[in-house]
Amino acid sequence: MTTTETLPLKQETDIVTIRQRVRKAAEDARLGLVSQTKIVTAASEIARNGLIYGGGGQCLIERTQREGRAAVRLVIIDHGPGIANLEQAMTDGYTSGNGLGLGLSGARRLVDAFEIASQPGQGTSVEMWKWK
Amino acid sequence: MTVTVLAELLQQNETALLDRWIAVQRAAGIDPNRLDDRSITDNARDLLHALVRAISEGGDDIEHPQWRPVKQLLERLSHVHSQQGFPPTETATFVLSLKEPLFRLIQKSDGNTIELLWACTRLFDQLGLFTMQAYMASREQVIREQQESMLELSTPVVQLWKGVLAVPLIGSLDSNRTQVVMEALLQKIVDTESDIAIIDITGVPTVDTMVAQHLLKTITAAKLMGAKCIISGIRPQIAATIVHLGVELGDVVTKASLADAFQLALRELNVRLVANRLGA
Repeated sequence: MTTTETLPLKQETDIVTIRQRVRKAAEDARLGLVSQTKIVTAASEIARNGLIYGGGGQCLIERTQREGRAAVRLVIIDHGPGIANLEQAMTDGYTSGNGLGLGLSGARRLVDAFEIASQPGQGTSVEMWKWK
Repeated sequence: MTVTVLAELLQQNETALLDRWIAVQRAAGIDPNRLDDRSITDNARDLLHALVRAISEGGDDIEHPQWRPVKQLLERLSHVHSQQGFPPTETATFVLSLKEPLFRLIQKSDGNTIELLWACTRLFDQLGLFTMQAYMASREQVIREQQESMLELSTPVVQLWKGVLAVPLIGSLDSNRTQVVMEALLQKIVDTESDIAIIDITGVPTVDTMVAQHLLKTITAAKLMGAKCIISGIRPQIAATIVHLGVELGDVVTKASLADAFQLALRELNVRLVANRLGA
């Protein structure tokens, strides 16, 4: 069974809502407590990036299955300036703002599958999976 | 000119209009528990009176200064309604329900009926919208006040012992709140001349890089002021997440529970707690 919902990402309070909805989806998918916390934290990182660097966008939360296992899939899209050098952006400690520079690389380590696509001027899209 | 005709019509029929309007409002089924007859009458009389003056002197432009008394009345009413939990429809109905008696009056008059009706409708729609806006503004103010009080409520800095402070953080830590916590903690360190501050994050559901950064900044600032911070209440799932995120807590002292952190703080201050011996 698959359930999908799309949430706006326009202001800081939306990040809180996204975290809560992701946690709910992870609970419903019966992920373990550590996995739940990891996917929620990853969602928080990527959503905040989308808001701060991408100027906002939206977040799709899907409770689904992957190879027969319960899974949560997130797609966070922004319509900002995009990332020119993805490799550099994914490096630990690199930041174009004033964060710790661990958001993108950290989020990738927190989830089971991580896809990022970005073109300068076309925005950024991040897809993440966490399964049982 | 249409507006002048409208103004005259209103002036000449103020009393009859008022009676009819009150009757319409009662018929609209406004809950008598929320609004008694006297306040209906008072509100209607005050507003109609202000309205007649505003149209006569300010025309149909509600931005005109002569319309200010009408707007103030509507604002006050909307404010009271939103505070008392009236539904928005009931609030807007108040001013919009004057349309019916007015239309009947226009029908009986011998001016250009369509023009008059149009002017009248436009005017009252604007007033209706204004009322709604005032109602919403009042509601939003309530929400803002609640948010602010939550901000303050959720960040108590407590003294556990002479020289030992604790901040039990609860809920999600976003920029605004963390800023408040940080300032409150640093101020309290000065006020109480404390050496040790325990930041307890048992009640924080998510620690992402931004939260971690805020914590590290607070700890560094406290250190500059000569105080040492201990982070307590890191649950297993949060610990696993922080490791994967790659956040380095460096030489920050952490303890599993607030009790452990407190014991450590007492040890650092060379305080020994000794249990009373039985029968002593």
